[in-house]
Amino acid sequence: MTKLKATRDAYGQALLDLAAQQNDLVVLDADLSRSTRTDWFQKKYPQRFFNIGIAEQNLVGIATGLALTGLLPFATTYAIFIGRAFDQIRQAVGFQRANVKIVATHAGLAASHDGGSHQGTEDVALMRAIPGMTILSPCDYNSAYQAVFAAAKHQGPLYLRLQKEPTPVITGKEEFEIGRCYLLRGGSDVALVAHGTLVAEALQAAERLERAGLSAAVVDARTIKPLDTETLLHATRHVQRIVTIEEHNITGGLRDAVAAALRLNPPVRVEGIGLEDTFGESGNWAELRAKFGLDASGIASYVLQRFGIPLQKAASVLNRS
Amino acid sequence: MLQRASLSLEENARRIRADILSSIYHAQTGHAGSSLSIVEILTYLYSVVLKYDPQNPAWCDRDWLVFSKGHGAPALYAVLAAAGFFDASELMTLRQLGTRLQGHPKAGLLPGIDVSTGSLGQGLSIAVGLALGFRHRSRHNRVFCILGDGEMQEGQNWEAMMAATSLRLNPLIAIVDRNGLQNDGQTEEIIRLGDLVEKAQAFGWYAESCDGHNFESITSAFNRALTADRPAFLVANTVKGKGVSFMEGVVHWHHHPINEEQYAQAMAELVKVHD
Repeated sequence: MTKLKATRDAYGQALLDLAAQQNDLVVLDADLSRSTRTDWFQKKYPQRFFNIGIAEQNLVGIATGLALTGLLPFATTYAIFIGRAFDQIRQAVGFQRANVKIVATHAGLAASHDGGSHQGTEDVALMRAIPGMTILSPCDYNSAYQAVFAAAKHQGPLYLRLQKEPTPVITGKEEFEIGRCYLLRGGSDVALVAHGTLVAEALQAAERLERAGLSAAVVDARTIKPLDTETLLHATRHVQRIVTIEEHNITGGLRDAVAAALRLNPPVRVEGIGLEDTFGESGNWAELRAKFGLDASGIASYVLQRFGIPLQKAASVLNRS
Repeated sequence: MLQRASLSLEENARRIRADILSSIYHAQTGHAGSSLSIVEILTYLYSVVLKYDPQNPAWCDRDWLVFSKGHGAPALYAVLAAAGFFDASELMTLRQLGTRLQGHPKAGLLPGIDVSTGSLGQGLSIAVGLALGFRHRSRHNRVFCILGDGEMQEGQNWEAMMAATSLRLNPLIAIVDRNGLQNDGQTEEIIRLGDLVEKAQAFGWYAESCDGHNFESITSAFNRALTADRPAFLVANTVKGKGVSFMEGVVHWHHHPINEEQYAQAMAELVKVHD
């Protein structure tokens, strides 16, 4: 049984481990520290932690001021509240190229029972539109842990997207290389390109597809911006279809990023699975993902349909884990 | 201090006004009214208060200014030129393609600009972050922030006010250019700001008002603000378009090109015979 660990916990732990070697590290939160795990840092380094309260715009502005004095601020909130501070991220951080790291937990549908008002499914689209913004979406605990260190080394505006629920650990302890995508599994019929905790679902879907006779490659797009076009082209050079998978609105996120990256050399059309111009709703995370086709079963069904393989024929394959 | 330190503050202010008008006239774009109202405050800051070195704009011990009412950039640029950060001839490149004098201040381009601004309501948060960061690093740099009065309609300012008090930040001095006008008309007719001094005091700041065009009034207000034991909020009562008779108190001059006739008349009012 693969161990399940939450990427937000990786964030909490990484901040603690980073603090010792990075004297200029300071951490900010907007009254969500008990959920984002910045409270771990607060307990050990209270002098280096600032809770700005329920004021995300101020959070980003203050983080900018701190960065201008030479400190390294990690400003933390939920993915849904990134929109709240969009102008501040665009103007104070992006336009000025301030060295601020914006970290969002509870990405996608993770806020689950809280409902659509709390489910951050437009954040990647917003961040992609800001020139010079680097966007990271690690797929598991290990990758998220390393991403924090990579973010600290990186100079300039950066957005780190994390999850709430424990998910399978699928990578090792290798360093997080910003700007690279990873081919986790080779395949020649279809390429599944995913980011964040849906990468594990894509890997499971690939196994089911193989049993149904389809060869599926899986790419971990752990850096969404800048997108690693070279790896994408290499991974997709033989396939008939590219299917992006994201816990995000289908507009403006990974699907659009991949389509844009491949537009001058399109091997095949890029299609995607995500929220189809809809908001989320209350439910538990697993059933929400299933509803929007964002689990292994949903992904596999989608691909089989696109390849014209009758679902009844594949039913036994789909239902087996 | 300004390069022409032998001249009076009033005389320096007058020349800065002339430079502002010339730059905006030449560009045929720019916020004349908003720039003219903040001249005395800026002149005072760069003559008397701020610690800076035009030969070393990145001097680590300098005071920091967040010019949050970024559209008043022509005033800031004219004062920075007067302070020796760059040659005054460059003021004629205001807002043109390739210029270092962007429509709103952009850090990293022009020496003397430390913070990019323009989207109203954001500067005070950055100033709070600066003050917090300097304290965290045990530094003694002071932080100043100039805001517009219309700008105080933005809620983020009040988040920053609460944070500054809660974090007990000091020294942190905010100055509001209370010229009573905004793009669409009078502030008190659009969304009433009311008594900003009382409001700031209610948020825990030291606050007082002064005559924003009188250097004696400005001096005594700053003396108290600089020695306050908490963040300080100065409401400078000003006249939008001050110094040019046909611009004073006129909404139209928030942002409008100046024609040749208007420029000639304005300069005649500002330029003295012995210049």
